[in-house]
Formats: sequence, structure tokens, C-alpha cells
Amino acid sequence: MREPTTRPDQHHFFADLDETPLLGVDAVDEHAAPASMWQDAWRNLRRRVLFWISAVLIVLVLAVAIVPSLFTSIDPNANDACDLSHSLEGPSAGHLMGYTFQGCDVYARVVYGARPSITVGVLTTIIVVLIGVAVGALAGFYGGWFDSLLSRVTDIFFAIPFVLAAIVVMSSLKAHRGVITVIIVLGVFGWPQVARITRGAVLGLKNSDFVTASTALGTTRMTTLRRHILPNAAAPIIVYATVALGTFIVAEATLSFLGIGLPPSVISWGADISQAQRNIRTDPMVLFWPAAALAITVLSFIMMGDVVRDALDPKARKR
Amino acid sequence: MAWYIGRRLLQMIPVFIGATLLIYAMVFLVPGDPILALAGDKGMSDALHDQLVAQYHLDDPFLVQYLHYLQGILTLDFGTTYSGRDVGDVMRDVFPVTFQLAVMALIFEGVFGIGFGLIAGLRKGKIFDSTMLVASLVVIAIPTFVLGFVLQYVVGVKWGLLPPTVGSDVSVKTLLMPAIVLGSVSFAYVLRLTRTSVAENLSADYVRTATAKGLARGRVVRVHVLRNSLIPVITFLGADLGALMAGAIVTEGIFNINGVGGTLYHAILTSQGPTVVSITTILVIVYIFANLAVDLLYAVLDPRIRYA
Amino acid sequence: MKIRRFAGFAASVAVGALALTACSSGDSSDDTTTASGPSTGIVTANSSEPQNPLIPTNTNETGGGKILNMIFAGLVYYDAKGETHNEVADSITSDDQQNWTIKIKSGWKFTNGEPVTAKSFVDAWNYGAKLSNAQLSSYFFEPIEGFSYDKDSELTGLKVVDDTTFTVKLTSPQADFPLRLGYSAYYPLPAAAFTDMKAFGENPIGNGPYKVADGGWEHNVQIKLVPNADYSGDRKPQNGGVTLKFYTSQDAAYADLQSDQLDVLDAVPDSAYSTFESDLGDRAVNKPAAIFQSFTIGQWQDHFKSDEEGMLRRKAISEAIDRDSITKTIFQGTRTPASDFTSPVIAGWSDKIPGNDVLKYNPEDAKKLWAQADAISKWSGKFTIAYNADGGHQGWVDAVSNNLKANLGIDAEGQSYAVFADLRKDIGQAQLDKKSGLTGAFRSGWQADYPSLFNFLGPLYATAAGQGKGSNDGNYSNKTVDDLFAKGSAEKTVDAANADFQKAQEQLFKDLPAIPLWYSNVTGGYSKLVGDVEFGWDSVPLYYEITKK
Repeated sequence: MREPTTRPDQHHFFADLDETPLLGVDAVDEHAAPASMWQDAWRNLRRRVLFWISAVLIVLVLAVAIVPSLFTSIDPNANDACDLSHSLEGPSAGHLMGYTFQGCDVYARVVYGARPSITVGVLTTIIVVLIGVAVGALAGFYGGWFDSLLSRVTDIFFAIPFVLAAIVVMSSLKAHRGVITVIIVLGVFGWPQVARITRGAVLGLKNSDFVTASTALGTTRMTTLRRHILPNAAAPIIVYATVALGTFIVAEATLSFLGIGLPPSVISWGADISQAQRNIRTDPMVLFWPAAALAITVLSFIMMGDVVRDALDPKARKR
Repeated sequence: MAWYIGRRLLQMIPVFIGATLLIYAMVFLVPGDPILALAGDKGMSDALHDQLVAQYHLDDPFLVQYLHYLQGILTLDFGTTYSGRDVGDVMRDVFPVTFQLAVMALIFEGVFGIGFGLIAGLRKGKIFDSTMLVASLVVIAIPTFVLGFVLQYVVGVKWGLLPPTVGSDVSVKTLLMPAIVLGSVSFAYVLRLTRTSVAENLSADYVRTATAKGLARGRVVRVHVLRNSLIPVITFLGADLGALMAGAIVTEGIFNINGVGGTLYHAILTSQGPTVVSITTILVIVYIFANLAVDLLYAVLDPRIRYA
Repeated sequence: MKIRRFAGFAASVAVGALALTACSSGDSSDDTTTASGPSTGIVTANSSEPQNPLIPTNTNETGGGKILNMIFAGLVYYDAKGETHNEVADSITSDDQQNWTIKIKSGWKFTNGEPVTAKSFVDAWNYGAKLSNAQLSSYFFEPIEGFSYDKDSELTGLKVVDDTTFTVKLTSPQADFPLRLGYSAYYPLPAAAFTDMKAFGENPIGNGPYKVADGGWEHNVQIKLVPNADYSGDRKPQNGGVTLKFYTSQDAAYADLQSDQLDVLDAVPDSAYSTFESDLGDRAVNKPAAIFQSFTIGQWQDHFKSDEEGMLRRKAISEAIDRDSITKTIFQGTRTPASDFTSPVIAGWSDKIPGNDVLKYNPEDAKKLWAQADAISKWSGKFTIAYNADGGHQGWVDAVSNNLKANLGIDAEGQSYAVFADLRKDIGQAQLDKKSGLTGAFRSGWQADYPSLFNFLGPLYATAAGQGKGSNDGNYSNKTVDDLFAKGSAEKTVDAANADFQKAQEQLFKDLPAIPLWYSNVTGGYSKLVGDVEFGWDSVPLYYEITKK
């Protein structure tokens, strides 16, 4: 029943000089309080310009999402918000980005589209990461029949066509269609890839020296997994999650297009992008603005993910 | 090793049963009355409706329908579509095309994603890295249908460099553009995953050791950095093969490809259980083999991982 | 998992109407080929994979219909204007519009060598009508004596007199009966069909201007049709064959047309509405077609019942919609604002029916009417229009909703359905007063099966077609209308009948069972490689006329 296993010689492995505490002793600052991993990370983050840029961007994006009315005086949900006679008109005073095909103000829609889009992107990513990391980490770390079971369940979830799942779930929840149902569909069926990636990373790490050391020191398996393995496996998970955040926002557009997404009264970037597609040959800017808003959001999260990963990475920190 | 592979293959049986049962149940739950829909907007009489329902066994309870289907499978009878075609024939038409398309997309995202990701990782923070970041943002923020539509118009219609659609002419040349469009989002994932892993591993002790002991940079990158960076990437690629095959609905529509995605989608919308389940069963098998191959590759890439 | 343009294939499930081919400008003189002789190039045209086996009585959508019309010849055919001309029939006569005598020409053959006789028609019709054969177009035989929806029964009204003569007895007088006989459900079948109908559906044997080439049907990809040398009718092929390429996306077909990979296109994608006429120049086609579009407000809906309040609200909604702007902007002129409940390409159509001013945009009056209705009983909530997401309806539904919001000051929104079957089921449930997911109005429309005014009215607004028994999805019921329909059907001439039907429309304008929106145009185009492209009354090109070098 042994699945992935260690090589017998690994128990006799001697660490590089580099890796031994001896080398660091000279540099120890006796007055500093012992730092936790997170404190270390924070200290590191504070010094990074990139961190501050992405933090400002994220705060800005969240502000737009939370109080859109601060950023535009036009209410795109008003009964007379759209006027067909302005269809596809270019920018003019008070309407910086021009008008959509339906004659609505593009800028106001981009501003008001932030909340649903970002809610979908962020919450779905959180769900996907929570489920995926839990399943993948446990499968990879414990191995054996437990891995087989979890991995095969992952396979089954992989196999369910996303469109089928979406149609079944969204149609049965027809009356309650909204941001929450979209998140559920994307989240419940989106985690298998995260699980696979986490499992792969954990498999490689669980035979590392620091794990052997941690186990030897009597740390429980669960704590070892949480304290030592996961932070080291974080890189691919963070990368996947930050890219996925953007693709979930776009996926919402797909659901809308299929008739199972957000209702038309909910303004979202995804829906606006897909509606602008038909006029892209003549009026590409209508598509450009919501896509740019989406890209900036994704960019800010990718940059943040990057610096956080660097900060968490003990190897990178050593320098 | 052989024992491990054998066990993995045996595990296909419960996965097969679990997946088909679940998917059949979901098709059963697709709302609406597919028979009524056959009449379009024009309605049909109750008697005709009942007659057709009976003809397609839609009045049987779910489990009976499922067992009926399983029984057919044992004799390689996959059932028929509403247009009277054998589902086995339909699958023989669509799978080769889609498989070719998916493999081409996988090669595209693998070669370019890993290649560019490696360079970006080695030059973290430099111009090339930033350019690639922007490139991946573009493919993330622009949905496949927009990208496909624009490429088709510019490359296919305006410049006439490649055929705008595939149709009856399935070849590497016609599938090239669809494959790039299909693989574009995954390209962004592969690029970011490779780039980050490479950047991370560059600062690993064994790399510094290798450099310190005088190994050529090319060899350090190839043997130590890339090899150790590939685990998340091949995990992604392995699982992506199946996703590319099932998820090509949009791309197939834009480029007029008679493939798995479109067939599956159409079958889902019309509640054609046998078609949906048969196609997804093949997809499950693809997933399982691809994931098995990935697990075996782990052991090659990282000697610490072994299977007994 | 995404998107936009597989609209096509799902839509083809949704397409209710079967379009028919139409036919040449009926000069009956030339049985011999013209001096120049036909061209020999193979014409390629867009289509979609047939949804059903190629059996005439089981085909009710355009993908299969286009093929059947080329490989079969019926008693009559329709020319480009929708006028009927005898094809296999020699004469179709009746003294009382109820008992019809049909004589057919001798010498016609199916491609397997069997002669086309009176029996070929009678057997085919009986097959199509029989319940246990479960044919989708069986309802076309309803007017014939002996037809039953509920059990297997023979069409006792059909009698074979001799090889070239048969008689038809209808259950009631029907003046437009001969007009229908060009529809594919009425095609003849060879005896060989009845031995194995499943095989026949794969490899149909017809008597039309074309036949399916050997192994010519690549499912979901294309079908190759070649001229049938034995064909002796008026629709003589002027090309070396027609290959129908199947598309699930009109955008793909349009891209092929622009790069000369496709010769003839009969549906321009909405992404090209604003550019196709400049892209194609005089090779673009944009003209009215026999397609009527509307949305239906069910008679069961609160505040919209057939009482004073309901009438006021229906009228207010109709007047609040700016059809001119929507057809101009959303559809870029590929729709024509409606002025009645039928279609301008149908003989008898009129834009002067009294009462049709409710179709004029009049936001002030609309607001007033809505307020009057509110005085009777206060409205609250949201007005919704349901539509199937795969049919390209979102654009106009959003625009109409915006009109209603702006002009009536109410909340309005589209209700999209991913699965067409789900929408149909919800409409059916609502009709029977059962629990349904349908929250309001729903899109509706009609494409004519045969060029007759009554075909746009009877199936949609007669009481007998309501409650799930036909296509009267809104359960509309009005005695005046029913009486006029019956009276018109019994008239001796089509003109007299149409006068009655126009009267019926006056009542429809008062009741607005459906809100008329616009007539759909046929939009298409062709490449430089082909000539003589003409579109029929049913929006399908007359393929046999097309020449290609």
C-alpha cells in the first residue's frame, strides 16, 4: 500500500552547509523577537515598490466596486439610462468613453460593472483555492489509498462538462439567478485543476529535508503540512489563482451568453464584453474599456500574488 | 511500477461508473421537454408527444434509462441521436478531429508557454518579463470568442494567410489558427506557472551549488532549473488535454469544426443522454491516462518521488 | 465552454418553420435545355445538418428542408414570388373547396426507376399521418378526412382512382388547400421507402431536380447534391451540382463567403449587419421575407387579461416600442417594422388595416394609457420578455426593455433561457395554468410553411390551437376571430378568403394577443464566381437557377 515513498538513502542525507543553522548564528540579532513566517513576509513586503503599486490598484478597484456612485454621476440602472439614438456614439463631454450599442454610457457601465465582476472573480477564486488546496494537499501528503480516492473523485469532477453542470445548476435555480449562483457554479466545478497542481507540488516537497527535519523534531503531520509544506508549495497555487481570477470574470460572460449567467439588470464587464463583440469590426473601443478594466484588475492581483509569493519564499528571502 | 500502473488502470472502473452515473443523472436534470422542442415553435399533439417520448425511452425512470444505456455499452451499442444516427458513428467522426486540434493546442501552449516562461523567469523584472505579462493579460481579458473572431477576420479574410474555416478540410494548416485560439488562455497559465517556478528555483540552493561548482549556465538552466520547475506545468498540461477537447465549443463554432465540443453542447441542450455520456466517458478515459502519464513524469522529473 | 456563435445549431433546433424552395419564373415552354446549356460548376452554399432523418413528413426545420426541396418534386412548386405552379400535378380541381381531384403527369420517375403514381402520394401521406410513425409534420394531414391525433387511422379521404388520379376529401372547405401542396410533407415516396424507412432517411430516393451523390452526405460537415438526369420538371438545374456546407455559426459562413470558400450565403451574421452591404456591393441581398416576429403576452397573465385594463396595457406597451429606431439601429435595416400580423411577401398583405396605428411609436399616449390602466388596478413588479439565448434575440429584447423602462417608467428586462426545450416547457405549463418558471411575456414569431395569409393567422390565434393543442401559445380566444377564420376558409376564392382574414386582423389589433414587432428580411450574398442568384419567398435561394463556370 505504499504509494509515493522515500528512497531509503534519504534518511542518511546530509544537508548543505548553507542549510545548517551554524552558518546563520553569527548574524542573529539577539534583540529581535522571534519572527513568525507571516511577520517575516510582512517585513519583506513593506520594502517592495511593486507591493505598494499593486496594493493601491487593488484598493482603487475595490473602492470602485464598493461605492461606484463616487466615480460617476450617471446611474446606468436608471429607467432612462440608455437611449438608442446614441448607439455607438463616440466620446463626448460627460461621456468620456462614448456609448454602447444599446446607447448606454460606457464609463458608467464600466464603473458599475466592477462590483459583480470582482465579486465573482474574487469569491470564486477563494472557493476554488480552498477546496482545491485541501483536496490536493491531503491527497499528495498522505498518499496511498487516500490519494487514490481523492484523485479519482477529482477525475470525476474533471469529467463533468462545465456547460452541463452550469445548465443544470443555473436552470434549477432560475428564480434566484444572481452573483451567488454564478459563484457556486464556477467554484464547485472549478477546483480540480487547483487540486492537481497542489498535489503535484506537495508530492515533490513531502520528501524534502526540511520535512524530514520537522517530522524528526516531533511536529505533527498536519502541522508539518500546514507550516512547512504549503508555504513552499504556494508559488504555483498563487500563480494559478491570480490568472484564474481573470478567467472567472470572463467565464461569467460565457454563462450570460448561454442564457444562464447574471440577469441583464446586473451590469458586469463580462456581459458588456460579449455584447460588444458583434460590433468589434467597426467600434472596437466599446469592447476595449471593460476589457481594460478587467485587465487592470487581473494585473493588480497578479502583481500582488507575485510579491506575496516572493515574500513567503524562504529561499528568495535569504538574499 | 507495473503494479502501480495496473492499479491505476483498475481504478478506472469505479471512476467510469461514478462519472457516467453522475453525468447521466445531470442530463436527466437538464430542464425542459426536448421532445416538445423537436417541434420548434409550432407545438405538437399530446399523442404524438407521448409516442416520441416512448420511442426514446424518456418515460422510464432514471435508473432504468441508465441501466438500459449500460447494457447497450456492453455490446458497443452507444444508442442513437434524435436524427437517427448511431452515437458510435458520431464519435468516430468527431474525436479524431478534436484530438488533433487539442494536441496542436497543447503543443502550442506547451512550447511557447514554457519557452517564453523560461526566458521571462530567467530575466525576472526585465523588459521581456513585462512584455509577457502584458501578453498574458491580453489573452486573459479578451474572451476566446473575440480573439477567434478577430484572428479569423484579420488572418483569414483580410490577409488570406490561412483558411478562415475548417469544414471538410481537416489538416494541420486549417487547424493551426483554431489551435492557437483554443490554447491561448492556457498559454497564459503555462507561461505564468513556468516563469514563477523558474524564478523561484533560480534562487534554490542546488542551483547556486551547481553554478558554484562551475557548471555552464545552459546546463544549470536545463538540468536543474527547468527540470525542477516543470512539475506544476506538466500537471496543468496533463489535465488541460481533456479540458481542451471538451471545451472547444466556441472555437469549433467560429472555425466551423465538426468536433466534440459542439456535439456535446448540442446534445446537452437537447437532453440526449446517450450522446452526452458516451462522449464524456471517452473524455474521462483521456483524463485518466493523461493524469497517469503526468504522475509517472513526476518520478522522472523529481527523483524524490517514486511509485511502488 | 463558451459563447457566442454556436447560435446556429441550437437555433436550428429552434427553427420551427420549414422553409421551402421556390421556383423558377414559370415559363413552361422550355422542356428542352436553353441554347447556351447549363453551367457545370459546383455551387457551394451554407446550410445546417438536418435535425431528423431525411423523410419528408418528419422534417420541420430548414436544414433538412433545403435538401428535401432539391431532391423531391411535389404536386406544385413555388416560384420566387411564392406563386404556385404545377410540378408533378397536371391539375388540382374542386367544385366545393372540400372534395379535390388531383391528376398527375405521367412519365415521372424516382431515381431508383420506380414510376411516380397516385399511389406514391397516397401511401406517403398515409405514412406521414399515422400516429405510430411519429412523424413531426403529421399535423399537415389534419384537414384530410380520417385523420386522428390520438390513434392510428387511415386517411379515408384519400382515394386512388387510377395511376395518375386520386381524390382528396377534406373535413371542411379549405380554399387555400392547393397552396399547401408544395410543402415537403406532401411529397411522394417510392415503394422502396416503406420497406426500411430508417435506411431511406439516410439515403433518400427522390424525384426532384437533384439527388444525393453516392456517399455524398458527410454528417455535420456537408452534403453533395448532383443533378438528376431523369428530372423532367421546370426546375432544371443550371449548374453541375450543389454542395451544402453545414455551419453552426453564421460568422464562419460569412468569413468563408468573403474569402471565396463559399458561393452563396442566405443568412448574414449580426456582426456584419452594418458592413455586409458595403463588403459585398451588389452581391448583397436584403429583402423582406415571410417571417413575422412578435412577443406574446399570455392571456393568463395578471393585469393583461382580456378586460379593459389588459387592453390598455397591451396597447400602451405596443405604442411604447420604437420599432423604427430598433430596426434601424439594432438590426441595421435587416428588419422592417411590422404593420400587421403577417408578411409583406404574402399575397393579400396590407399595411392599411384599420387599427394598426397601435404599432406606431407614441410614447406620450403609451404613458397615458398605462396610467389609465393603473387607475383600474395598480401594477407593480417587472415586465419580462423570455427568449432562448441561442437565437440572437438579446439585442432587441434589451432595446425593447429599455423602451418600456424609459417610456412607461416601469422595470423591464429580458428573461433568457439556455435551453430552448426549457422555454417551450415553461410556456406549455403556463398555458395550462400550472406552475411555470415563465415570469412574463415571451418572444414569438412565425415563418410560413407555405405562402398563404391564413398560415400566419389560423395556427397562432384560433381558439382551437390554444391550450397546448397548437401554436396559439398565448391561449388567445375570440369568437369574432374564430368565425372569420372559418368563413374565410370556406370562401371560393383566395381573394375573398383574404378579405375575411383582414377583418379578423382588425380584431387582433384591438386585442393584441401578441405585440407585432417587425418582419425579418432575408439577408445574404454571393461570391463573384456565381451568377443568377435569386432568393425565394421563403428566404432560401433558388439553387437550381444558379450558374457557375
